[in-house]
Amino acid sequence: MRRMLTYFFAALTLCWATLAQAAIAPALLQPLAGDDPDARIDAVARIAASGSPDARKLLQALLDEELMATPAGQLLIVHDGQAVDAATGQAVALPDGADGVVVNNRLRGAAEAALSGLALLAPARAQRLAAAQALQARDLDPAQAPLLRQALARETDADIQGILRQLVATADLQSSDPARRTAAVTALADSGTPALRPQLQAILARNPDGTYIETDAALRTAAATTLAAIERRATRNDIVANLFYGVSLGSVLLLAALGLAITFGLMGIINMAHGELLMIGAYTTYVVQSLFRHYLPGALDWYLAAALPAGFVVAFAVGVLLERSVIRWLYGRPLETLLATWGISLVLMQAVRTVFGAQNVEVANPAWMSGGVTVLGSLVLPYNRIAIIAFAVLVVGAVWLVLNRTRLGLFVRAVMQNRRMADCVGVPTGRIDMLTFGLGSGIAGLGGVALSQLGNVGPDLGQSYIVDSFMVVVLGGVGQLAGTVIGALGLGEINKFLEPLAGAVMAKICILVVIIIFIQRRPQGLFALKGRSVE
Amino acid sequence: MKPLFNKRGWSVLAACVLVAVLLPLLHLALPPGHPLHVSGYAMGLVGKFMCYALAALALDLVWGYTGILSLGHGVFFALGAYAHGMYLMRAIGRDGSYGSLLPDFMVFLDWKDYPWYWAFTDHFWYCMLLVVLVPGLLAFVFGWFAFRSRIKGVYFSIITQAMTYAFMLLFFRNDTGFGGNNGFTDFKRILGHAITAPATRVALYLTTLALLVGALLLCRWIVGSRLGRVLQGVRDAESRLMFIGYDPLAFKLFVWTLSAVLCAIAGALYVPQVGIINPSEMSPANSIEMVVWVAIGGRGTLVGPIVGAFAVNGLKSWFTAAFPDLWLFALGLLFILVTLFLRKGIVGTLPDLKRLLPGRAGGKPAPGAKEETA
Repeated sequence: MRRMLTYFFAALTLCWATLAQAAIAPALLQPLAGDDPDARIDAVARIAASGSPDARKLLQALLDEELMATPAGQLLIVHDGQAVDAATGQAVALPDGADGVVVNNRLRGAAEAALSGLALLAPARAQRLAAAQALQARDLDPAQAPLLRQALARETDADIQGILRQLVATADLQSSDPARRTAAVTALADSGTPALRPQLQAILARNPDGTYIETDAALRTAAATTLAAIERRATRNDIVANLFYGVSLGSVLLLAALGLAITFGLMGIINMAHGELLMIGAYTTYVVQSLFRHYLPGALDWYLAAALPAGFVVAFAVGVLLERSVIRWLYGRPLETLLATWGISLVLMQAVRTVFGAQNVEVANPAWMSGGVTVLGSLVLPYNRIAIIAFAVLVVGAVWLVLNRTRLGLFVRAVMQNRRMADCVGVPTGRIDMLTFGLGSGIAGLGGVALSQLGNVGPDLGQSYIVDSFMVVVLGGVGQLAGTVIGALGLGEINKFLEPLAGAVMAKICILVVIIIFIQRRPQGLFALKGRSVE
Repeated sequence: MKPLFNKRGWSVLAACVLVAVLLPLLHLALPPGHPLHVSGYAMGLVGKFMCYALAALALDLVWGYTGILSLGHGVFFALGAYAHGMYLMRAIGRDGSYGSLLPDFMVFLDWKDYPWYWAFTDHFWYCMLLVVLVPGLLAFVFGWFAFRSRIKGVYFSIITQAMTYAFMLLFFRNDTGFGGNNGFTDFKRILGHAITAPATRVALYLTTLALLVGALLLCRWIVGSRLGRVLQGVRDAESRLMFIGYDPLAFKLFVWTLSAVLCAIAGALYVPQVGIINPSEMSPANSIEMVVWVAIGGRGTLVGPIVGAFAVNGLKSWFTAAFPDLWLFALGLLFILVTLFLRKGIVGTLPDLKRLLPGRAGGKPAPGAKEETA
């Protein structure tokens, strides 16, 4: 019994000792109460480095302006009128003459950074990951190195370890210990971001007389290697990003041009109102979205599922109406068709302006489309771009199936190749014309639904795509689905790779010039049908 | 050689010119308030329409007679306008809002000196040379490449549209050195005369009238000559013409370049009268509108485009003042109805109308003419 009591007291004493250790040493606290700004910031970093829960409490109190100092230099955390001695953690009576610790912006920033560093020690993985990523995003304070090292030692999760290792190395770059700096530079070869370039270049900088400022040759070699690795990675990421955005732009062009590939490519109708059919698809999306918002707010995220068929049907109907009322009287007179369809486009644009107003309307991405997937460390590929690419693939597949695997497609091809012969064997050519034009218009409507997810939806939407769409179809070769696909992707890629070199507008001008020259060389486009006709 | 017009044609032309000359005289001679006084606004409007008519005439030469539909004539018009605008900008001198010798937009961009291509543009006649040479050269090079590879019909139209679109993007850039979005405006004087003075405006008006009539006579002479016959051969059966042994390249190139130059002259006359030129003149829509003037007036008639330009623009001025929201509906419907029912345009349909009149034993009306009376 006596022994047990002894053990009990021993354990109790141990507990007290741990607790006392966990509180913060007064020597660390002292500068906070003082006036020296550098000493105060240094103190914040050192308190944070201890990593204890008390440190977090203290820093939070500092940020919340609940920290008071007595004239004697004792620090008190005052919460709801209850004062606690910061050094011992014991409740005390609030002495007279205690004054709030002044927090300026610089101190606040340091305390915030230190707090987010402390979150690295939190028990929940998500919290630690968020803290690590937050630190990655901001400028790192070298004074946090000890805290980071401590967090790294405790960390068990591989992802967070990776980020922490990079953070530790980044912090160590400014360490005073040459060995540690060299190790840090070497470690960064695998994980460093382009943001570190200036620091590494500073290591490699020379004096005006040609000698290196940095005297440690090993460090310089390591820095050169790391810099090269970072550059390589940045170049690779740029190329991958350009490829991705090129494909993305290409699929946008493809969706815009695919309908035209049918109406202009197959039927030979110069449809200047094509852009307005895109616009109709986009406005249908807007209307469907508004209906969902009004009647089915719970399913708002899925309004696109309804907008796609609606966009197709509306544009199909408008297309059939146009074909029956105007275009069918103009077959065989391409230049007149051009003028009449331009007139139609003016009327459609003005009609939309009258109904919906001249301002752009707001079409929101569904929630599942926001955000993106991160690849290669730092490259973010947005979900909406990925969705557009996938959608373009689907639409092209569907068009190919319709043209090559259905009876309608067979008739369409027959009428386009030899109208009179098709007529003779009983194909209703007039109806096929109508349906083909409707199909092309409907696909333009689908393209419009897709475009509404990427850019502004306004009455002028079609105008900005009409020249591009014609370029794609002409470049690919009229009447060639594969040509249209390759033309669109090629234009998208060329555009994205030219943009960093020449700027967006010049890239566009260059492409137009290239296409004009290309058409001179191959008037029939990339994929020309071989024939014996002179014209 | 066949006379350019028959007797009646000459007298109609003379009457039109007489009326056109009378307008500025009434403007200058009569005090405002007099019932016959012509306001400066009305005269400016007619002057502007004459510029449009000249551009439409140029377009008819290539589209109506050679079968080349250009959807990019706006670029020649605008280049001519910009070339003249360069002189007008330099003639502002130190009267700009910054008091600098440089135009305001260059001061704004913090440029210290004129870029090289602005050299000598303070000389009026050098700029007039540019008005002809720059669009002419562009048309020649573009046409040479296009016609050599026998691009025709719709393809040619589409690449001319791409060309004007590219130029529009280029001129919208501030770094191109032509004032970006705002283009050139706030002109003060031309050849030392204040640009807003009534006498200057009358002089500009009369110059435009003279050039328009001159261009009409020139075009009439060209299409009546053997050259004109070959051009119409190109329009109607280019392959057959080639089989006979003609090379259409030179003929097409000549008429294409001439048309571009005429269009540029129209642009150069337009700038001082309207007082502004900006890249939106190069937008594809503007070029297509020019085509509509020709289509409505009657292509392949030379007089038709002039009538069309006046009719459409007159209608536009009235509509945009009376029902601004309806103008695009009206223009769009005009496009559709003219292509469907008035294939030969106003002037081209007149002979069909005459045949319909009672007292003249007329044959069947042409298919396109039946809606004209409505």
